[in-house]
Amino acid sequence: MFRFLLNKLAMIVPTFIGVTIAAFAFIRLLPGDPILLLAGERGVTPERRAELEQIMGFDRPLWEQYFSFLGDLMHADLGVSIVTRTPVLEEFLARFPATIELSFIAIIFAVALGLPAGIIAAVRRGSIFDHTVMGVSLTGYSMPIFWWGLLLIILFSGTLGWTPVSGRISFMFFFEPVTGFMLIDSWLSDQAGAFKSAVMHLILPSIVLGTIPLAVIARQTRSSMLEVLSEDYVRTARAKGLPPWRVVGIHALRNALITVITVIGLQVGVLLAGAILTETIFAWPGIGKWMIDSIFRRDYPAVQGGLLLIASIVMIVNLLVDLTYGLVNPSIRHER
Amino acid sequence: MAELEISAPAVGTFKHSLTEFWRYFRENPGAVAGLYFILLVLFMAIFADVIAPYDPTEQNRDALLQPPVWQEGGSWAYIIGSDAVGRDLLSRIIYGARFSLFIGAMVVTLSMSAGIMLGLTAGYFRGRIETAIMRIMDVILAFPSLLLALGLVAILGPALINAMIAIAIVLLPHFVRLTRSSVIIESSKEYVIASRLAGAGHMRLMINTILPNCMAPLIVQATLSFSTAILDAAALGFLGMGAQPPTPEWGAMLAEAREFILRAWWVVTFPGLAILLTVLSINLMGDGLRDALDPKMKRS
Repeated sequence: MFRFLLNKLAMIVPTFIGVTIAAFAFIRLLPGDPILLLAGERGVTPERRAELEQIMGFDRPLWEQYFSFLGDLMHADLGVSIVTRTPVLEEFLARFPATIELSFIAIIFAVALGLPAGIIAAVRRGSIFDHTVMGVSLTGYSMPIFWWGLLLIILFSGTLGWTPVSGRISFMFFFEPVTGFMLIDSWLSDQAGAFKSAVMHLILPSIVLGTIPLAVIARQTRSSMLEVLSEDYVRTARAKGLPPWRVVGIHALRNALITVITVIGLQVGVLLAGAILTETIFAWPGIGKWMIDSIFRRDYPAVQGGLLLIASIVMIVNLLVDLTYGLVNPSIRHER
Repeated sequence: MAELEISAPAVGTFKHSLTEFWRYFRENPGAVAGLYFILLVLFMAIFADVIAPYDPTEQNRDALLQPPVWQEGGSWAYIIGSDAVGRDLLSRIIYGARFSLFIGAMVVTLSMSAGIMLGLTAGYFRGRIETAIMRIMDVILAFPSLLLALGLVAILGPALINAMIAIAIVLLPHFVRLTRSSVIIESSKEYVIASRLAGAGHMRLMINTILPNCMAPLIVQATLSFSTAILDAAALGFLGMGAQPPTPEWGAMLAEAREFILRAWWVVTFPGLAILLTVLSINLMGDGLRDALDPKMKRS
């Protein structure tokens, strides 16, 4: 297991270096003069320009600039946002809990519906239920989620008036953030109705964000279950006279879950990409919306830092998924 | 030496394999339905000038936000309604089919040709060049697809052509990985070794001998990428980073329609429905293709 861990870590290091190079190159690849971009509309005098070049380090050779960029990274220094003048990392961390909260509820929604749907579809293979699950999940997989969000707003917020259109909580409530997670903070605030308001604000965005993972999980669960259900040991379990729910729920499911869990882990990238669209539609103040806003405001240090942080998160989660997979499935550890 | 032609295994006559392919494909009603719908979209795209009742950018100040014909206040002049500046929604959607299919075709062509070249090189030559190519692909894969596309568009500037290049780059690793792994498997087979012994050069081995036998999974991947390309381009258009107004691209249409969602449901509903149905049809077709091209991969 230790060797396996080392191997995986050795694989990730070059990728991480590649990601830092990509993030470093990002600002330098932007069209136009970075100093002018940073200076904004007013432009700069030649003296100020030389001064800025020295401050930003643009007068030094490229490799030196890259290593000082890496050095700053080691000190958790991702630069300062041009627009707000606050450190990029601080901005990111302030918004990250909103995205985690949304993604977490979305993945719970996806697993809670997708897992049972996939299991039942596999057990009743060829039934109407099976065809419905497969049809619905392919539709979900093909869904432009930004449109799906707008449709849900039309129906539930517009016509029915059940859910709010945007934000994390009603303007009526105000309390100091403790954890940054609105569900927990509103619960702790002891204000009547605050928790309910937070829940209502979460429903539509998490359905929207959870739709594609839901489709993927349902399809994957079904196909892994079908594979496992045709195995010899399942037949043995049936032959022993075990009740069907026990065969399916314990013998088969436990093995089918290995691949399903991997697939769930791999949804993190999907969630973070989906968060950009979902947060834009619902004005959800998370990192997805922050990235979009930063791109539009040409706040390039923020975009650079955001790209780097998000890629690192995806890489770390994928590594953890790989390791868990190796842990539950020993045969994978000894491959090559 | 006499001309020694060593053909790859399992190559029947073209007509025969096509009939066989169609037999398998036909078994899947979803795939056939998807194919018919795509043909319809293709028809719309080609003959948009003839079918569409209006020019997609023609504005009519007397018909702002007209509802569809079946709703009160609707008229046959604008069958599925008009948008906020009085453009016919149906005409815009018909013209939009051009953009979506063009985007899908361009992105897949770009991404697949570059991906095959890189994957072939990596899988055939192995060694350092393989490591270099695959690590770069890992870096691309570390970024969530839409985010990377957004970052690239930020560098290239918001325009449809740049969005297409960005999406092609995002989709590249899938083609490279797929090609590389098939090439590695094929390279060790006897027909390749025989061909090499017969004196075939690198280019001939790579392109004439190995590549044709790696195509089946690549075609399936191309279909899937086609739908991803349409979805991502629409998402970029929606975010204002792809096609720019007044282009009748479906995603950009949705972006323009956003402020009217609670007043005029039709300006939001129909463009999105067009995206969904097109993408769904391509995915259905992709499932059918996979089953038909490679019965071994057939999903249980």
